[in-house]
Amino acid sequence: MTVIYLDHNATTPVLPEVFEAMRPWFVERFANPSSSHPAGVEARAAIDRARAEVAALIGARPNEIVFTGSGTEASNLAIRGAFRGGRVVISAVEHPATREPALHLQRQGAPLTVLGVDGSGAIVVPDALPSDTAVLSVMHANNETGVLQPVRALADLAHAAGAVVHADAAQSLGKVPVDVGALGVDLLTIAGHKLYAPKGVGALYVRDGVALQPVIRGAGHERGLRPGTENVAGIVGLGAACARAGADLDALSARLEGQREALWARLRDGVPGVARNGAGAVLPNTLNVRFPGVSGNALLAACPDLAASTGSACHAHGESASAVLLAMGIPEPDALGAVRLSLGRSTTDADVAEAAAMLVEAWNRLHPEVSHRSR
Amino acid sequence: MDVYLDNHSTTPCDPRVLEAMLPWFTAQPGNAASRSHKWGYAARTATEQARGQLAERLGCSPKELVFTSGATEADNLAVLGVLRANRARGNHLVTVATEHKAVLDAAKHATTEGFEVTVLAPEPDGTVDPAAVEAALTDRTVLVSVMWANNEVGTLQPIERIVEVCHARDVWVHTDAAQALSTCALDVRAVPVDLMSLSAHKAYGPKGVGALYVRRGRPRIAVEPLQYGGGHERGMRSGTLPVPLIVGFGACAALFDPSEVERVRGLRDTLRDGLLAVGGVHVNGSAHRLAGNLNVAIEGVEAEALMLGCRDIAMSSGSACTSESLEPSYVLRAMGLDRDRAASSLRFGVGRFNTEAEIAYAVEKLTAKIAELRSMAHLYE
Ligand SMILES: Cc1ncc(COP(=O)(O)O)c(C=O)c1O
Ligand SMILES: Cc1ncc(COP(=O)(O)O)c(C=O)c1O
Repeated sequence: MTVIYLDHNATTPVLPEVFEAMRPWFVERFANPSSSHPAGVEARAAIDRARAEVAALIGARPNEIVFTGSGTEASNLAIRGAFRGGRVVISAVEHPATREPALHLQRQGAPLTVLGVDGSGAIVVPDALPSDTAVLSVMHANNETGVLQPVRALADLAHAAGAVVHADAAQSLGKVPVDVGALGVDLLTIAGHKLYAPKGVGALYVRDGVALQPVIRGAGHERGLRPGTENVAGIVGLGAACARAGADLDALSARLEGQREALWARLRDGVPGVARNGAGAVLPNTLNVRFPGVSGNALLAACPDLAASTGSACHAHGESASAVLLAMGIPEPDALGAVRLSLGRSTTDADVAEAAAMLVEAWNRLHPEVSHRSR
Repeated sequence: MDVYLDNHSTTPCDPRVLEAMLPWFTAQPGNAASRSHKWGYAARTATEQARGQLAERLGCSPKELVFTSGATEADNLAVLGVLRANRARGNHLVTVATEHKAVLDAAKHATTEGFEVTVLAPEPDGTVDPAAVEAALTDRTVLVSVMWANNEVGTLQPIERIVEVCHARDVWVHTDAAQALSTCALDVRAVPVDLMSLSAHKAYGPKGVGALYVRRGRPRIAVEPLQYGGGHERGMRSGTLPVPLIVGFGACAALFDPSEVERVRGLRDTLRDGLLAVGGVHVNGSAHRLAGNLNVAIEGVEAEALMLGCRDIAMSSGSACTSESLEPSYVLRAMGLDRDRAASSLRFGVGRFNTEAEIAYAVEKLTAKIAELRSMAHLYE
């Protein structure tokens, strides 16, 4: 039985070559990079190489990269670390890793502005941001719809207000070009496990001269911004994954986009009334579609050999629709039919054809019942 | 011969631990939070099994464990998280000058948020006197943080007695047990601490994962998160779970073998006796210490010089985290050692993978090097 993994926006498998780069750092070369003996010095050198590889992918300098344990940690460090009073500005479609720290600051008294999105899923750029804006935090690409956000325009507005600008590139890195200079950001979140590096490592780009407060205190690792013994193997893996991402970004994104469009064509042909969520500039690997008359959860439950996700969280008491889709103005009953299909490096043309067939078949099986019952 | 005697700094991953982790990097890529497919379910099952293994090691419920990136984060979550979430209970923390920087710096930061912190001095052998803890408690004390075992001198603290005096006053106890996981029985039923920090890489597991034990019960110990997001780990620690690292942590906890402790202790004793035989060598700290720990002051020898002279033996002066600074160990200084004695002190950590031959080699080489350094110093006198 073939099993097809189309949930690369949730997480990616570690690339075999990335794991090979990591492997020696568990058992044989296990030393603590803070140790002054030769084995420790060797581990320190491996971290520095990885730092350079990460920096190169985003057009930064190595000393501007701070390794963390996850994308969530990087965004918390960015938002809480940069905050020194004033207003926080985010968008209505942020990941909880941005939204929740912002709400935490709001609970502590910070005014919060939440920018809305249009029907295509893009943040609406206002004429100006409030003059008391201290931190702007927006995502580069949305995790559910893949929609690329107008980071540069928002960053310029925020800088005009004297704010620090953070972008969450957890989803965009490795799928589209990410350049901190072009984006005009001061801080940028990287999540290893979204780009074929392992879970348990992330990074924050911190532009030279931007002052941050650490969230965790302790010994002086990562320039005091992130104490704790470094996850050497994970960091080496993130470096290797970034090097790989930079090597074939254009070819990979072109291939993924082709496959994504083929998937969409098959769904459109097989399911009358199916519609796409999100428009304009979208990540090449992401297809968010709503199926008429069925819930996304029920549809995926009927496709046990397909890994994909619904934008919606499954709560204890029934389903609730994706907040991202609702923010785009999609009515709740329609939003409940959404499924996110996210392709990746290992996706084949056959996977695409088969996944489409599974979904169409499942929809055909479920849909008459649903429409029958609702009659 | 390369001899690694720095197992307090970090330990090699046990090959069996790496074996357990392997499938979860590439073959099983699921996100443990994915609810809509079997990949997510498999990942979740794996993390929950690991949680169970660690819970069994500690004698607690799996629901009492929060996975973190290491003991540094766990210490911060315990100290800052508990103080911030329990302002109604008070504003005072008691800790000790020989704690790890993760606790001391979190405590120092707490003072900038309006909390009061008492830092106790240890006894000259590194032990904390429970009576001193008791005397430091006030009506406003929320938390006492005393490590299970010190990372430099290995001192095992009288945590059970400290818990008694604190619980009698309704004060919670946190213990940093990062160094204890490899060789100590850690049973939170026998020693009912309220919070405990752990780190896998100190016990033959991978770097980048740790845990905080948080006792469940009444009154509930509220912990304010350090990082907010998707609400993982019952809201206390958001962020995608590092499935392979957690699986490795569980495996390393399950591999704990009390019979190994005596072997490690035997090797440590051989090392100690060999170095004491050199003469002018003094053990720092108490006899009640970690099985693998040795910390000695060597008269007439700079620790740094000895380390440079024996580059194939991994050991340390002070802890790894502070080894980049040239200051002598603050732990030894807090125990009352003068600068000179602290600067001539070395820490050895014997571990699972050390052999008798390695210890014999280390004794021989160190003995020769000490003699050489002393005779050179003599020449310059
Ligand atoms: C857009 C976005 N930001 C942040 C994160 C969080 O990163 P991590 O899973 O490494 O904590 C994710 C993934 O969950 C994401 O999709
Ligand atoms: C006693 C103690 N606590 C905390 C830590 C920090 O642990 P980690 O490296 O997992 O952050 C260490 C080791 O560095 C330690 O020895």
